[in-house]
Amino acid sequence: MPAPEPDLVARKAEIVRALKRIVAGEGVIGDPAALVPYESDGLSAYRQTPLAVVLPETTDQVARVLAWCQANGVKVVPRGAGTSLSGGALPLTDGVVLGMAKFNRILEIDYANRCAVVQPGVTNLAISQAVQADGFYYAPDPSSQIACTIGGNVAENSGGVHCLKYGLTTNNLLGVEIVTMAGEVIRLGSRAYDAAGYDLLGLVTGSEGLLGVVTEVTVRILPTPETARALLLGFPSVEAAGATVGDIIAAGVIPAGLEMMDKPAIQAAEAFVHAGYPTQAEALLIVELDGPEAECAELAGHVRALAKARGADFIRVSQDEAERLAFWAGRKAAFPAVGRIAPDYYCMDGTIPRRQLPHVLTRIYEMARDYGLGVANVFHAGDGNLHPLILYDADNAGELEKAEEFGAEILKLCVAVGGVLTGEHGVGVEKRDLMGEMFDATDLACQQRVKCAFDPELLLNPGKVFPSLHRCAELGRMHVHAGKIAFPDLPRF
Amino acid sequence: MLDVAEHTIQAASPEEVREVVAAAAGAGRPLEIVGGGTKRGVGRTAGAEATLSLTGLDAVLDYAPEELVLTARPGARLKDLEKLVASEGQMLPFEPPRLAKLLGARGEPTLGGVLAANLSGPRRVRAGAARDHLLGFSAVNGRGEVFKAGGKVVKNVTGYDLSKLMAGSWGTLAVMTEVTIKVLPKPRMETTLLVFGLDERRAVEAMAAALNAPLEVSGAAHLPAAAAARGPLKAEMPVTALRLEGFAASVKARADSLAAALKPFGHAQALDGAHSRQFWTQVREVEAFWRDPRPLWRASVPPAAGWRMAEVAAEAIYDWGGGLVWALAEDGATVRAAARAVGGHATLYRGEAAIPAFDPLQGPLAALSGRIKAAFDPHSILNPGRLEA
Repeated sequence: MPAPEPDLVARKAEIVRALKRIVAGEGVIGDPAALVPYESDGLSAYRQTPLAVVLPETTDQVARVLAWCQANGVKVVPRGAGTSLSGGALPLTDGVVLGMAKFNRILEIDYANRCAVVQPGVTNLAISQAVQADGFYYAPDPSSQIACTIGGNVAENSGGVHCLKYGLTTNNLLGVEIVTMAGEVIRLGSRAYDAAGYDLLGLVTGSEGLLGVVTEVTVRILPTPETARALLLGFPSVEAAGATVGDIIAAGVIPAGLEMMDKPAIQAAEAFVHAGYPTQAEALLIVELDGPEAECAELAGHVRALAKARGADFIRVSQDEAERLAFWAGRKAAFPAVGRIAPDYYCMDGTIPRRQLPHVLTRIYEMARDYGLGVANVFHAGDGNLHPLILYDADNAGELEKAEEFGAEILKLCVAVGGVLTGEHGVGVEKRDLMGEMFDATDLACQQRVKCAFDPELLLNPGKVFPSLHRCAELGRMHVHAGKIAFPDLPRF
Repeated sequence: MLDVAEHTIQAASPEEVREVVAAAAGAGRPLEIVGGGTKRGVGRTAGAEATLSLTGLDAVLDYAPEELVLTARPGARLKDLEKLVASEGQMLPFEPPRLAKLLGARGEPTLGGVLAANLSGPRRVRAGAARDHLLGFSAVNGRGEVFKAGGKVVKNVTGYDLSKLMAGSWGTLAVMTEVTIKVLPKPRMETTLLVFGLDERRAVEAMAAALNAPLEVSGAAHLPAAAAARGPLKAEMPVTALRLEGFAASVKARADSLAAALKPFGHAQALDGAHSRQFWTQVREVEAFWRDPRPLWRASVPPAAGWRMAEVAAEAIYDWGGGLVWALAEDGATVRAAARAVGGHATLYRGEAAIPAFDPLQGPLAALSGRIKAAFDPHSILNPGRLEA
């Protein structure tokens, strides 16, 4: 992280006083003991204590906090539930955390336009629960959905197991209200399918809290499918399971969920929840089909036949809802299950072209041997999103660093085979220094100029996403040619 | 170095695009950027000194059906791409419309053009728009810099999602030289249910009833009597149409449920595969208004409010469950005001009006959009005035 500015740290008392003038009562935290819960997010290997935390309750307060911070050169880190797996909400020791937890109301459900208007601190699952009785749901379902907030989902463009069929957050939003670092309140999108001008809604989604603070979200809601059915398919090889995934898609079937687990993940999950998984299989597929009963039955038949043709030696089709949920229980518990077999684990998140899976898994196992660390793989197989779980013990000196190095090597491999650094967890702090693997200096300059259009002082969530942040005035003048900055050896900033 | 003063420049490679744009940027000479040119009449550019055509950049670079991705140059013609993906049993899910006949233009629409205009057909209610299918791209910005964003896989959140910014930017931020889009399996069959005789308000309610049922309706449109009379239906009353696509058993089961859901609105009649396809092509291409001389507006509004546009339009047809209204009207200001009043916006697609073709932005949003434009094209040399005219 950028070195803290001693001057800002010294101004703590003044900053807390100023914030208390905007958000009265208990909405401002400066006491070191009370700041402890804000030290880290879901990437818990990184932690530091923020200068202060402010918990506004209205958009007007958010605007005044940001405007004051900009006028006084104070950095701000927005935070939802703090479940980011990439350090998106990691605080700064010389910055203020802007917590949106008090924005927890569902404002309106508009069935005629199939949307819900909610505050950003509402959890992902609460949206589905609010419309469930009327036969609707909100499709993106990150595994942290009981805790993570919709505002955080917008910031991270969160995914889930149903992305292949229903898309990520960005495909399920109609509008947001944001406040810029200058304190301007701007509405992007509406309840119409598209808005006039540039698609700034799409740009802000997934911007990891660097462009604006989300204060209201309008999400699309969908009618709940009539039924869902899952198949559990065990294979004697990763290749056979991977080929089956290709066959399913080639047959024109886009399952609602299409997950793969490798042998270490299968065994850990089975030992933990006894879901009935085949512990001798090298790879397991969970295929979920949803829609009318007639469709699920027809497609389950197709999938079964395709798996059989590829040598699946374990085939189960859920007969009722309880069995379907049991099939999922192991997959959903995969992370805690792995947590039982190692003191610590580190979850990676790259996407690869699916055809590269056998090659990538082979390389990951080889690297695990070289690093002397265990690894288990769960995989959103339908869309090529790989989650290797690296097992380590933080109490062993140097092992966290080794796990991080191993993880970075996996992500570099993902990029090398035509994939990307992150499929759904975001860049944050975690993959910031790997951005150069995917993007050259010009690519990054183009992205940073967008940052400058929203936040020219670079005060909103600095230290995330970009390996280095250039001052905006310099960036505007900088001429980048063929990916190389002219005179790269000259000290610039 | 290519001469920017030459009237139309056919770029033959991404490097030539870079040279032309860099030269234009250096000389401060604005360029009009075109693909097939079929949507050139939507708004206008002002002060372009030369035209940069991308129709020569038409190669398909990579198509991996099993990965659901296709990478091509922006000048690739839509009809060629549709043929290519159809040969693998796939489709462009956002069902891009061809508007050449509606807009009185010649030429073939290109992939770059439909992405730049963020066009999508009736399937938008289910599958999303062009912007939802642009996964990544390479481009030359108004500084003459070559850059890329996004990726070539279907799931990616690395860096800002500049693909969304490019879709719908009408060539005013950068000139795309390579795009990767998501494709999907083509449905095995389709059928359409028709309900006759509804007025606009009831029609919007009927479409909402269909879209709110778990039936994966993939098209919801309403043609008032005058439009329905023009055929292929040659109906003598308004028609409301709902499309179902997918595997045979599923379509059949859903058609039964849909007919039941539509019962309060009337008896539903089925339109079989070939006629269904023909009908939705006509909706998508707004065939009812091809030969009408009146100014044509495209209004995007909250679907439930779509029927309100009937109050200000001389004639209108409704797609996306009411969310997309093609409105014929002499008085554009009234159309724009009506669209804004319900939280939408209206764009002039054909004809003349006293107000700008694109709805001007206001306040801090206008200023922010201006800063975004300047970030990519500080000298304002790419399609100058296109979104303001």
